[in-house]
Amino acid sequence: MPQVKLTVNGKPATAEVEARTLLVEMLRENLHLTGTHVGCDTSQCGACVVKIDGKSVKSCTMLAVQANGSEITTIEGLAAADGTLHPMQEMFREHHGLQCGFCTPGMVMSAIDLVESHPEGLTEQQIREELEGNICRCTGYHNIVKAIAAAWPLMHGRELPQAAE
Amino acid sequence: MNDTTLPHIVKGGIGDSPKRVEDRRFLSGRGHYTDDINRPDQTYAVFRRSDVAHGVIRSIDTAAARAMPGVVAIFTGDDIAKAGIGGVPCGWQIHSKDGSPMVEPPHPVLAQGKVRYVGDAIAMVIAETVDQAKDAAEALVVNIDPLPAVSNMIAATAEGAALVHDEAKGNVCFDWHIGDKDAVDAAFAKAHKVATIDLVNNRLVPNPIEPRAAIGDFDRSTGEHTLYTTSQNPHVIRLLMGAFVLQIPEHKLRVVAPDVGGGFGAKIFHYIEEAAVTWAAAQVNRPVKWTCERSESFITDAHGRDHISHAELALAEDGAFLGLRVKTMANLGAYLSTFAPSVPTYLSATLLAGVYTTPAIYSEVKALFTNTVPVDAYRGAGRPETTFLLERLVDVAAKTMGMDRVAIRRRNFIPADAYPYQTPVALQYDSGNHEATLARCMELADWNGFEARRAESAKRGKLRGIGMSTYLEACGIAPSAVAGALGARAGLYEVANVKVHPTGSVTLYTGTHSHGQGHETTFAQLVADQLGVPFEQVEIVHGDTSKIPFGMGTYGSRSLAVGGSAIVKAVDKIISKGKKIAAHLMEASVDDIEFKDGKFTVAGTDKSKAFGEIALTAYVPHNYPHDELEPGLDETAFYDPKNFTFPGGCHICEVEVDPDTGVVSMLNFTAVDDIGRVINPMIVHGQVHGGVAQGIGQALLEHAIYDETGQLLSGSLMDYTMPRADNLVNIHVGTESTMCTHNPLGAKGVGEVGAIGSPPAVINAVVDALRDYGVTHIDMPATPLKIWSIINAASPRMAAE
Repeated sequence: MPQVKLTVNGKPATAEVEARTLLVEMLRENLHLTGTHVGCDTSQCGACVVKIDGKSVKSCTMLAVQANGSEITTIEGLAAADGTLHPMQEMFREHHGLQCGFCTPGMVMSAIDLVESHPEGLTEQQIREELEGNICRCTGYHNIVKAIAAAWPLMHGRELPQAAE
Repeated sequence: MNDTTLPHIVKGGIGDSPKRVEDRRFLSGRGHYTDDINRPDQTYAVFRRSDVAHGVIRSIDTAAARAMPGVVAIFTGDDIAKAGIGGVPCGWQIHSKDGSPMVEPPHPVLAQGKVRYVGDAIAMVIAETVDQAKDAAEALVVNIDPLPAVSNMIAATAEGAALVHDEAKGNVCFDWHIGDKDAVDAAFAKAHKVATIDLVNNRLVPNPIEPRAAIGDFDRSTGEHTLYTTSQNPHVIRLLMGAFVLQIPEHKLRVVAPDVGGGFGAKIFHYIEEAAVTWAAAQVNRPVKWTCERSESFITDAHGRDHISHAELALAEDGAFLGLRVKTMANLGAYLSTFAPSVPTYLSATLLAGVYTTPAIYSEVKALFTNTVPVDAYRGAGRPETTFLLERLVDVAAKTMGMDRVAIRRRNFIPADAYPYQTPVALQYDSGNHEATLARCMELADWNGFEARRAESAKRGKLRGIGMSTYLEACGIAPSAVAGALGARAGLYEVANVKVHPTGSVTLYTGTHSHGQGHETTFAQLVADQLGVPFEQVEIVHGDTSKIPFGMGTYGSRSLAVGGSAIVKAVDKIISKGKKIAAHLMEASVDDIEFKDGKFTVAGTDKSKAFGEIALTAYVPHNYPHDELEPGLDETAFYDPKNFTFPGGCHICEVEVDPDTGVVSMLNFTAVDDIGRVINPMIVHGQVHGGVAQGIGQALLEHAIYDETGQLLSGSLMDYTMPRADNLVNIHVGTESTMCTHNPLGAKGVGEVGAIGSPPAVINAVVDALRDYGVTHIDMPATPLKIWSIINAASPRMAAE
């Protein structure tokens, strides 16, 4: 079986997997990082989103062997070593952006990428449109959208620019 | 607390919104869901399922599959039959008009002789890995002779239709009715006008984001079985599976429902996979794990709704509702799921009075078997169906009478001073104020300013519409004696065990189950408030039959109204015992001891003992009234509700239709609900947001569509339109509460109001947007194709241009 070498949350991780093993399966089954979830089988729900070499990727849509050599961040790797939550995690908590918690890891990972890739600012409508790839059945997205908007200033260290509408 | 004044809010107490206790673990990837559990030496199960909707199983050849790598065991229906394993039971019995009991065909754990829907389990393959099990399941040679299938209710009731179960003639499970037919006929005889509507309540797939999973484990040395499962009610599963399917006594069966990623009803029911893995674990003497894939969820999780109704409302000259007549067909799918028969009957037709004084109501419900996935409770269960019917019919009635939609509602509201109010369909509502929720919602939604906004939209070539629903539902399920008389085969009380530890911290064991509702926070607030201990010193435990005395779980918005009331009862016992200990310590009469803000005080003196001192005394009883009291401070209470609870309110929706594309855009949604006592406003708002999102999903997007052969066409998240962030808008939420009069908290429940009140508000808005096109009704979901077709048909010349 092929051997896959990754750096996961800053630590080297190696596993022997079948060629057909998905990255999410390797994370959950071989590396026991069960924070990354599987909510569907058609790459629609986004519960499995992780960061691969700086980009958010649905880890169910990629084979483990394809990720060989990459650097991966999962939900478990977001908080600081002393347990201080990432601003996005903190804002989800502050604004009640989660209920059952199952879509949450993927939602938070996507949200971080969304804020990072929009240094120019984000409108509510943009947040809603860019969340297309993540499904939440509990919250109606209302508080998720609020949490992401609230995390933007914390992550960029300045006020969220008012959109010129 | 049976008053209407809100108590002063203490930090972490009732009325405060502390951040949720459970969030830190969920946000850190430390949630503990069923699929995160792995048992030593575990095997994996995969089910081979029917790909035809109806057929006779001629043979299952397992030889090739058994020879595949890693295969541990393969079980078929024959093995289940040989082992004497019972069918999955139904928990509610309905009787037909003629007094005969519903037709209740067996629901075997693995198909026996016939398959009855696409997804019906034929065989279970157990292997060392999931992939090996999948490969072997594919290698099974299953020979099925297909039979004609009935994939919807029209086909099921057609002349000469194929029978899903031979014993159910005409595919009828039961033909039930409620109300006074003669009184209704008399009302129609004197009607000034009659409003009528024919509608379909679209079939839905609940789709919690966590797919179902189950792990069976067996300890041969003790004979103890353990089932880890994605359930909303582990004790109910233990009872149903242990007593009816596998004959395992309770003391040898532990059911654990750990963190559960959403339920919405779909995880109430006892599913065959739970019994299969529990049984198989003992057969192979190793743990057996099954995790559902989403495509499999679509064809195995119980679906929701799927009613077809015809309704008529008799109206007086002044718009008064004189009588209501409803005829409904309800699809139950291929087998009876756990609570399926209750949904179109006692959870539905009993709500036909709604918030109105309609004096005479008669409803008939014919429940049918079809070759589709079983249908059961989905968020709201019966009440969304009735609310949609009633609130659409009221709009049609306004049009029929040439009356304003608000005025006709106000004309017929049950007045606030008429409570308690006895409806003609069994229920007695305890409290409510429909004018208050209506007025507040209209103000928040700026109902009166709508025409100006409509004109503004028209300038941009868009059709703007506004709609409302004024509704009421019955939840807080349920008074056991009443439910029993109506056919429930279980009690519906709730249980709480409050353990005060020697140094004064508290663990609460609740028989309800949290799968997103935030009980670990809300219940901690409740206990903290009542005992005067800090919120942080209260821990909530749920979801494990080995820890919690008993419980009926979470559904029907019952956790606070019923489970919370059990907590209050148990806490009251703690306080009562604490008073006796305090009286002893302070050498006073127990009648003179008062308990407030965490202190036991001798009335009229400055003598007091802190709650922590009393707890310590109970566990270190050196100076203690041993003659009259046992040591320890640990109390359990069972609470059986006196009545259902009746939340309600007003929802207003504003939409804009693009006539070129037929796309309906949500502009504004406002919900003002009367849910009784609010413990945590933040959580309450979140519950309403989520419920409304599911209601908007039903109204505009979602539909489980079967083709005529019984294949589910919208059977994946690629095809089934789940609401996404850009389909929705911010939802404005308000509460305008009257207290429930019969439980100690005054709580009514909030879990389902959003999903119940919202669909008719949305469709009323869409119909209003199309008011110039002569439209009186649009069935859900109001897709762009439907809307565009209406617009296009009404204005062929415009379309041609």
